[in-house]
Amino acid sequence: MAIWLPRLAIERWQHAERSAAGEGPNAPSRSAIVALIEEAAHGPRIAAVDDAALAAGVSPGMRLPDARALCPTLRAVPGDPGGDLAFLRRLAAWAQRWGPWTALDGHDGLLVDVGGAAHLFGGESRLLADARHCLARQGLTARLALAPTAGAAWALAHYGPEEAILPDASLRGPGEDGGMADALACLPVAALRLDDEVLLVLRRLGLKRIGDLAGIGRDALRRRFRQHSPELNPLIRLDRLLGRAAEPLLPIELVQPAWVQRRLLEPIRHREALEHVLADLAGDMACELERRGEGARRLELGLWRVDGDVAMRSVELAAATRDPAHIARLFSARLDAIDAGFGIELVRMRAVWAEPLGPAQADLDTRTARRGTTLAECLDRLSVRLGAGAVRRPAVHASHIPERAQVWRAPSERDPDSQALSDSPGRPLKLLDNPEKIAVLYATPDGHPHRFRWRGHVHEIARVEGPERIAPEWWREKGSTRLRDYYRIEDSEGRRYWIYRAGLAGDGRGGLPDWFLQALYG
Amino acid sequence: MDMSTLPRAVELASFGMRAPRWSPGGPCALHSEIFAGTRDGSGAGMALALALDGLPPGDERDVLWVQDAVSIRLTGRPYRPGLPAALRRRLIHVATASCEDALFALEEALRCHELACVIGEIAGNPRALDFTASRRLTLTAEKHGVPLFLVRLDAQRDLSSARMRWQVEAAPSPAPRWNAQAPGPPAWRAELFRSRVHAPGEWILCDDGQGLAAERPADTPDHGDLAAAAGDRALAAR
Repeated sequence: MAIWLPRLAIERWQHAERSAAGEGPNAPSRSAIVALIEEAAHGPRIAAVDDAALAAGVSPGMRLPDARALCPTLRAVPGDPGGDLAFLRRLAAWAQRWGPWTALDGHDGLLVDVGGAAHLFGGESRLLADARHCLARQGLTARLALAPTAGAAWALAHYGPEEAILPDASLRGPGEDGGMADALACLPVAALRLDDEVLLVLRRLGLKRIGDLAGIGRDALRRRFRQHSPELNPLIRLDRLLGRAAEPLLPIELVQPAWVQRRLLEPIRHREALEHVLADLAGDMACELERRGEGARRLELGLWRVDGDVAMRSVELAAATRDPAHIARLFSARLDAIDAGFGIELVRMRAVWAEPLGPAQADLDTRTARRGTTLAECLDRLSVRLGAGAVRRPAVHASHIPERAQVWRAPSERDPDSQALSDSPGRPLKLLDNPEKIAVLYATPDGHPHRFRWRGHVHEIARVEGPERIAPEWWREKGSTRLRDYYRIEDSEGRRYWIYRAGLAGDGRGGLPDWFLQALYG
Repeated sequence: MDMSTLPRAVELASFGMRAPRWSPGGPCALHSEIFAGTRDGSGAGMALALALDGLPPGDERDVLWVQDAVSIRLTGRPYRPGLPAALRRRLIHVATASCEDALFALEEALRCHELACVIGEIAGNPRALDFTASRRLTLTAEKHGVPLFLVRLDAQRDLSSARMRWQVEAAPSPAPRWNAQAPGPPAWRAELFRSRVHAPGEWILCDDGQGLAAERPADTPDHGDLAAAAGDRALAAR
């Protein structure tokens, strides 16, 4: 069975809009002229339109300015292809109610294998009616078709009559393909799932319908389209359509995350008992993950209380692991603020995010116990107690402004090896979070500083190097931002600082420039 | 018990024979404390120089740098373009709100055998950082063999079990080769006031990018072995 949702994107958007407005999902659509746009190579392009826009002459594939010229009241909304795909994925899992497996078909269709399942719904026509009813209840416009092969079902859904059913070959008359070729002969060649280039070639050859291809010898067709890939070769597509060649499809599989739980005979209210349960759960989880060949990256712990409340705790791990002691230790650090109320009766642990992890050799000797933790375990423990934002790694960023030249990343993200950036010489060791204003004594406003006062102490400047002028980034800052002249200075006691003067005297962006101390040298 | 390994009375009497002077390039102690002020970055600079001095060349393991909130506010965060080139890609920074969290992070980091060394910065004399806490750090560092360089900003010399304790302040830098008016490579006046294996002493240390160089300051007379008697006077007075 093929399900084509020609208006998926716009219907999803309308549904979201109505939900946001607080109306029911089936409220009548308001008369707005709306188009969903996508960013294409030459500016915004229209991806989907609603009825009103279609009536005004706007069609998908147009450029937005062209559409605005046709219909000035058009409201352009950015599309959400990622959300559409995620929705389609969920829909594919849901469509398994009609058949054992389902596959995505492009970005707006589904294929459901209903072989041997139609009688459960009372026949093929009633199966289609059921599918139509269910999809309509979700507010989706769908075209459905049922055929022995995926290709034929797709062709009928897109180009055939409404709710077309092509019965199985074994139920029909004799012949190589049971008359399937005759039944599909009147469909256009576009029903073979070819791209525009091949369709153009076929149209120039005068081949407009699938039946036209049958009149030509196979050898001639094979020669003509020899250099095309199987996906674009009309002959192979035709064979797949008629079931002469196999067509592998990739079914959607719902993967349940690994989870383990313990129902407790007696509700527990004490920390020690809970940690014991936690250690047991971590052991179960390790067995479950090992069976799947996975290691957990994010774990969730749910604690169901007797009086109908749930406490959730989750930890994220720096590297995939299934070490029960490590998992139990991370969670026990997060148990402090849990209110047990009248007791906890059910504890469940889920590996929400898991990654493949091969079996590992267990430690054979006790020396490894003394060797300490790995870096990933250490980072996990630090992030769980201090928060994920506390443990970070400095990384370079393409900017000349000193405080923007460094960004903070997660510790697992290392710099790529090939990154070769020209280092600015003479940078300081430590940068203050906020530059501190200093009072500076100078001979001339744009000359070298002689003496400054910082945090209540006066420093005599013994040596100066500078200025190093760093201009503001005009593409992201306001025009009134002043440039900075940086000086590396050393005072009479050998303390070394990086100070700057914000602006120049008479640059038209304020009065006399201020001085700031931004960084300390080691 | 092998009596030959024990020090003889003559050696105990003359401390200098069993306690050679510290010099750069030797094995670094596993727990060092560096006392410095917050008016310059000499504490962190010296800790990095000592760490690089003690690490084997070609070491690619990460370095963890823990700071508490006060030290971040007073002396700022590490700035990658200014770090020594050997450390730029290897630094992991941990910002903690309190001294207790910083001590937790330091201890966890010392347990990790995939770290080359751990650098800590703690401001003042918080109650949590008492002798017991420093003893825990020393034992963890020695058990797992990960060196710790703990920078104590604006701190009194309180009780501690650190194996080497330094007092550091900035020193006028040597003049660079091409521009005598410019600040040169970093230099510190460093006083080793307590150590288990070395005699106390005072040096002018200079890190010229190639390695750590030490020389005796000109203005302090060399007391030789007499300095040992005055080694931990501040500690004894408390």
